Amino acid sequence: MSVSADSEPVSCTVKPPVFLQLGDAKTDTVKSGVCIVDVTLPFGKSVNIEEISFKNFYTAYVTVRLLRKVPGQEAAAKWTTALRDLALMENPHTEGGSQDYSSIHRAQMQVVPDHVMSVRFILRQPSSAWMNFNLQEIKIFQKEVSDLLSDLTLVDFRPDLEGLPDPSTVSSSIQQMWALTEVMQTNQTTASIGRFDVDGCYDVNLLSVP
Amino acid sequence: IMNESTELSLTIAQIVQRLKGSHLHSQIERQAKECLHQPEIKLGSLKEDVRNFLKTSGGGCWQPPCHPAAPPEHLKEPLAYMRKAQASWEKRVLKSLNSMSTELGVPLARMRPAVEQKELTNKWNEMGTDEPDLSRFRPVYAPKDFLEVTIPFLRNPNHDSSEEVNVRSHWGLIQVPLNVRDIPKLRQAFSELNLNTGQLGIEDHAHIHPDLFENEYVQIGKKVVEEQDSAAAQQYSRQGCPTGLRADLWALILNSTNQPQDVMYYEQLKAGVIHHDLLVDNLIYKDVKLTASNDDYYFVFEDYLYQVLLCFSRDTAVLEHFKYNSATPPKSYIEGKMGVEECAVVYPPNVAPLCYLYNEPSKLYSVFREMYIRYFFRLHSISSSPSGIVSLCLQFERLLQTHLPQLFYHLRQIEAQPLRIAFKWMVRAFSGYLSTDQLLLLWDRILGYDSLETVAVLAAAVFAFRAENLMEVTSLASAEAVLADLSTLKVMPLIQIFLFATAI
Repeated sequence: MSVSADSEPVSCTVKPPVFLQLGDAKTDTVKSGVCIVDVTLPFGKSVNIEEISFKNFYTAYVTVRLLRKVPGQEAAAKWTTALRDLALMENPHTEGGSQDYSSIHRAQMQVVPDHVMSVRFILRQPSSAWMNFNLQEIKIFQKEVSDLLSDLTLVDFRPDLEGLPDPSTVSSSIQQMWALTEVMQTNQTTASIGRFDVDGCYDVNLLSVP
Repeated sequence: IMNESTELSLTIAQIVQRLKGSHLHSQIERQAKECLHQPEIKLGSLKEDVRNFLKTSGGGCWQPPCHPAAPPEHLKEPLAYMRKAQASWEKRVLKSLNSMSTELGVPLARMRPAVEQKELTNKWNEMGTDEPDLSRFRPVYAPKDFLEVTIPFLRNPNHDSSEEVNVRSHWGLIQVPLNVRDIPKLRQAFSELNLNTGQLGIEDHAHIHPDLFENEYVQIGKKVVEEQDSAAAQQYSRQGCPTGLRADLWALILNSTNQPQDVMYYEQLKAGVIHHDLLVDNLIYKDVKLTASNDDYYFVFEDYLYQVLLCFSRDTAVLEHFKYNSATPPKSYIEGKMGVEECAVVYPPNVAPLCYLYNEPSKLYSVFREMYIRYFFRLHSISSSPSGIVSLCLQFERLLQTHLPQLFYHLRQIEAQPLRIAFKWMVRAFSGYLSTDQLLLLWDRILGYDSLETVAVLAAAVFAFRAENLMEVTSLASAEAVLADLSTLKVMPLIQIFLFATAI
């Protein structure tokens, strides 16, 4: 399932893009068509990535590299390529896909994206037609954390039930009512009634752009 | 890019959402209940079976839904600068409407008094006989305004145009880097139009005797109509629809079945027209009077046109298409509740040809509405869609520049930019320019290929056909004169030769 619709992204720092420069930075204005964007997680934190989503801005291809640590050995973090030259535009010279939203999923990556400390995007734009290219709204989503929660022990809690009705009968009748409301909700029609006048007061004198 | 299962479940959710509450939904449900009692259907493997069936039968052609993070405006139009251009165009039209309303003291909408309602009911079928004084109303915009005010200013702010003169430079008016198909790609996409496939609308076939092809082709068409298969009808329409079957085939492709509830819906809209008076009604009257009533082919349908267009302006189902149209409907707030109207001016000539096909107003109406919300809205809103007017203009210019560079250069030198002439044809999908039989043959292909690109190809083909005469002209006016009368052209040979016999 896609996670970006309902879960929160991991808080991380997206560093400003660094363009690969050919020759002297001041005099040489030839565009190399390569740009690096680094995304770092707060110091000492690592994530198991489920999905990375972003909005493209005229990037033709993206390569994703991950800095992963080996559990237990803090020092031995290593860079690996998780995805090479994923095409984001149909044709680098034309608009198709130039401003589209997209996601890279765990399953698309060539290495298991666990214990990741930093993500590096290598962006390429071979066409000289564009002044600038970048990725915007980069968001990293974590794999579900259910295995962490399972460690918590549940505290047994018994409140005083004196004088209250039998909980099982109450719950079954509530369940029935709940089921009824569910049925009502799922059967709601989405067909519009097809009218838009409001009892007689249909004198319109001004239109506005929403 | 999402993984496959996510995409599938999102797609299913979208389809279910759209089906809910529709007549089709209850039909499917009833059918499914009956199917369950058949012995060859096993409940245990039902889910897998359906999935496999959809895979093998090509159910995967449904376009992938939009990315979940994309905001609604992105679905309307992904390019920010296109959205901006469309919004400022809308503002212009709206301002013009609002100021007309205040200047003339005519409200945008009002309830008709009872006497007037009765009067209108009586003359519903002869609205054309009415000659209201419309000289005070001026058309909100003409195709020419659209071309001159918006399109030349459409620029991608991120596009590097510093190196104006090079191989890539484009001689035309459209300077937007959209991806449009060139001839090799068009040949692939429109493969059924090739020189060896039989076509309705082309009399001489190299291999098969024309009568033989046509007889057999009509037989197949009858079968398609009998089967009520929408996909087959669309495929069939690529080679043209026989005159006698066109009405049924188009209705099938567009899924407008004219069920009792459609008739009722139409009657409801009719009541809407009778109860309320809109300012845009006057504009519709004026448009029809200026165009169709003076047209040799269409003047007989004047009354039909009023009926359909007035209903269309009150149809809230049309608002649905604004979800995927780069345009946004204007709103007005009345006592906290919302009233919405369609104010995009529809060109009446686009309805007129349909009058040849359907004699029942409700059927005519539902086919027109489908044609509009599938295709024609793209001709007057600014978007990056391959069927949008901007792409069509660019495609036309590219085809001309690539395959008739001398002609393009000559016309440009005498300040007769080809698009200035071809724009009005394309914005109306050639309606009002071609003879009716030819126009319907062209629209067969629009429906068959679910694309308006044939319109751009035909525009380029017309220039190619008249290239010799155009090379001699020395002004825009004389170039326009050469291309003034298209009513004798045969569209299918022109398109076929341009696509498949041009040297590449």
